[in-house]
Amino acid sequence: MIRRPIVFLFIVFLTVLIASAAFCSTEPVTAPAAPTGSTMPWWGWPLILFIVTFLLGIVAVLGGVGGGVLFVPIIGGFFPFHIDFVRGAGLLVALAGALAAGPGLLKKGMADLRLALPVALIASSCAIVGAMLGLALPAHIVNTALGGTILGIVAIMLMAKKSEYPEVKQADALSTALRINGIYHEPSTGQDINWKIHRTPQGLATFVLIGVMAGMFGLGAGWANVPVLNLMMGAPLKVSVATSKFLLSITDTSAAWIYVNNGAVLPMLVAPSIIGIMLGSIVGVRILAKTKPAAVRYIVIAMLLFAGSRALLKGLGIWN
Amino acid sequence: MGKDIKATEEQIAYGKLLDVGMKAGLLMLVVTFVIYLLGIMPVHVPVNDLPKVWGLSVHKYLEVTGAPHGWGWLVMIGKADFLNFIGIAFLSGVTILCYLRIIPILFSKKDTIYGVLAIVEVLVLVLAASGILKSGGH
Repeated sequence: MIRRPIVFLFIVFLTVLIASAAFCSTEPVTAPAAPTGSTMPWWGWPLILFIVTFLLGIVAVLGGVGGGVLFVPIIGGFFPFHIDFVRGAGLLVALAGALAAGPGLLKKGMADLRLALPVALIASSCAIVGAMLGLALPAHIVNTALGGTILGIVAIMLMAKKSEYPEVKQADALSTALRINGIYHEPSTGQDINWKIHRTPQGLATFVLIGVMAGMFGLGAGWANVPVLNLMMGAPLKVSVATSKFLLSITDTSAAWIYVNNGAVLPMLVAPSIIGIMLGSIVGVRILAKTKPAAVRYIVIAMLLFAGSRALLKGLGIWN
Repeated sequence: MGKDIKATEEQIAYGKLLDVGMKAGLLMLVVTFVIYLLGIMPVHVPVNDLPKVWGLSVHKYLEVTGAPHGWGWLVMIGKADFLNFIGIAFLSGVTILCYLRIIPILFSKKDTIYGVLAIVEVLVLVLAASGILKSGGH
C-alpha cells in the first residue's frame, strides 16, 4: 500500500527538480566565484544527489547503519561539493532520520530517556566542540581524519561483537543514583527483560570522544553509540540500538546549529539529501520486512572501505 | 505482563511532541524547497551560479556570495534560498521544545536530578543555536 505513494513522491520530486531548470534565475552572483570546469547544468548534481541518497537510504536500512555514516564519505568523496557543506548536510540527514525514528522508539519504550539524557548532555556539548573544530580545520586535514575514522568504523563493523543481553552482575553507583534501569517487552520471546547498566563513568567519558567526532565529521554516531551502550555499559542490544538512534536527535541538534550558524548549510544539498534518504529508508524498511540479504552488510562495508580510502587519499593529496 | 509495561509519562510526552514537530519540520522543508525550485521567489544566489560556489569552503563561500551567517537568514527570508532555513531551523530546534515539555513533568515527579539535567541540556542547545559560537576560518 505504501509503495505507490513513495514511488509517486519520488517521481514528483524528480520532475520538480528537472522542471525547475526552466524557472531558474540567471542573475549572476554579485562577486566573482571559482570556475568549476564542469559542463553539467546546475540541477545535474542535485538530481544525482537525490537519486544516490535514495539508494543510500535503502542500503543503510538493509545494512543496519545510519544514513549519515554513508552519506558524508560517499558524497564528500565523489561529488563536487566542499566537505564543509557535505558535513553540514550529513548532520541534518542523520538528524532528520533520528527525529523520524525517535517518537516510535520512545512511545514503545525501546529507547530509554533515563539512559539517554545524561549521555546526550555530554555528547551534545562535545559535538559543539567537534563542529567548531571541524569548521576551523583545513579541508585536507578533515578529509584525512575522516578517512581514518571511516576505516576505523569498518574495523568496528567487522570485529565488534554484539550481546543481546549483556551480563550486568551489579549496577554501578552512578547508574544506581540516576536510576538508569528498565524493563522492556521482547515480542519474539514474549519475555519481559529487566536490565541495568554498569561502567557508567567510563561510558560517559567515551561519549566525550563520540560527541567530538559526531560534530567534526557530521557522520551521526550510531556506529560508536551502540557498542559503548551495549558492550561497555551493558544495556541490552535492542535498548542500545533504539537509545542510540534517539540520542542522535540530540547530539546532532547541537552540532547542526553550529553548521547552520556558520553558514555551512546549503539548502540545495540538504533538501534533496533528506528527502532522498527518507524515501529510500521507507522503501528499505519495506524490503527488510520481506527479506534481509546478508550480502548487503558486506556491500555496505565495501562501500565504506572504498569511500574511506578515497577520503584518506584525498586528504593526503594522493587522489584528488 | 508485557502489555502492562509502559513508557514513562515524560518519555511519552517527549515522543508525542517530537512526532508532531518532526512532521511539521519536514513539511516546511519540502514546501519551501519546492518554492525554491519553482523559482517563484527571488533568490540571493542564483541557482545557475551554485556550481561555481558549492565547491568553496564555507568561509570563502560566505565571502564570495555575501550570504549571511548566524540568524542573518531571518532578514533574507524573502529570498527563496533562505526561506528553506525555516524548515531546517525548525528541525534543528524541535529537540529544544521537547526538552522544555518534559522539564515540568520531571520536577512534578520530584526527579530533580533529571530536571536539572534537562535544563542544562536546553542551555547547551540554546547556546549552540544562539549563533554566539563562531568557528575560525581556514
